[in-house]
Amino acid sequence: MTTETVQINPTIIKAFVHSTKNVLSTMANTQCTIGKPYLKEKNTSHYDVSGIVGFTGEIIGSVVISFTSEMAIKLVEQFTGENYTADSDYFADAVGELSNMIAGNAKSEFGLTAGISIPSVIIGTNHSVARMSDVPCVVIPCETPYGKMAVEVNVKCVG
Amino acid sequence: MKFLLVDDSRTMRNIWKKVVSSIAGTEVFEAGDGLEGLKQITENGPFDVMLVDWNMPNMDGLTMVTKVRETDKKSIIIMCTTEAEKPRIIEAIKAGVNNYVVKPFTPDTLLTKIDDTLKKAGVGQPA
Ligand SMILES: [Mg+2]
Repeated sequence: MTTETVQINPTIIKAFVHSTKNVLSTMANTQCTIGKPYLKEKNTSHYDVSGIVGFTGEIIGSVVISFTSEMAIKLVEQFTGENYTADSDYFADAVGELSNMIAGNAKSEFGLTAGISIPSVIIGTNHSVARMSDVPCVVIPCETPYGKMAVEVNVKCVG
Repeated sequence: MKFLLVDDSRTMRNIWKKVVSSIAGTEVFEAGDGLEGLKQITENGPFDVMLVDWNMPNMDGLTMVTKVRETDKKSIIIMCTTEAEKPRIIEAIKAGVNNYVVKPFTPDTLLTKIDDTLKKAGVGQPA
């Protein structure tokens, strides 16, 4: 990796830390502990359930919010008040909306003009998510009472 | 009072529906994007209050609000969105929204927002 690509904007990482905590506590009454962010090499997702939101404008790329399925089911239950299984459309919708809020809330702290895509949700063990290869992927590990999740940030500023 | 809830996430619509249904005498309609929202207005409108998300497929909330305001200056529109940047809020106000709530928000926040907006517009007080 070149020096240029390993430069990570701390404002962006901080924004995702804030938004993740805010969305989980406001929408799912769930507190999370943030671990030390690190660079990720592989393309495979961390866990079994991933919500993906793209960025356009002065910042491009995506964020992947990856959960263990156990954790996602619990979190969705906290969010919706319903116990959906991972194959339910409602489950995917709820994961998508949580991801949308995490991405959108973080975006407002970037200080840039940017838009977000409609969220996509992928469910399945060891799925991979294509990313921009010239941009480092920073993983923000999160621990909750229901299990682990990871916020994977793969963005670059173009503004 | 007639409500229209427009958000591409049905989870969100369900949460809003619970909030709105706690207000006495409400009738609730839903739409999954701006186009469906306009269709609901044609078929079941006019609505007293519309809660409208911004980021949706097919037609976004800002476009929908702009279209609604071409003919309807009266309905109360509250934008409920993750879009929180000042220029966005200004854009929405220019398009004609009465109020703005940034996601994530709790049911209480939404209820208070609806209440305040109705009062400001001089519409009878909800529950
Ligand atoms: Mg939306």
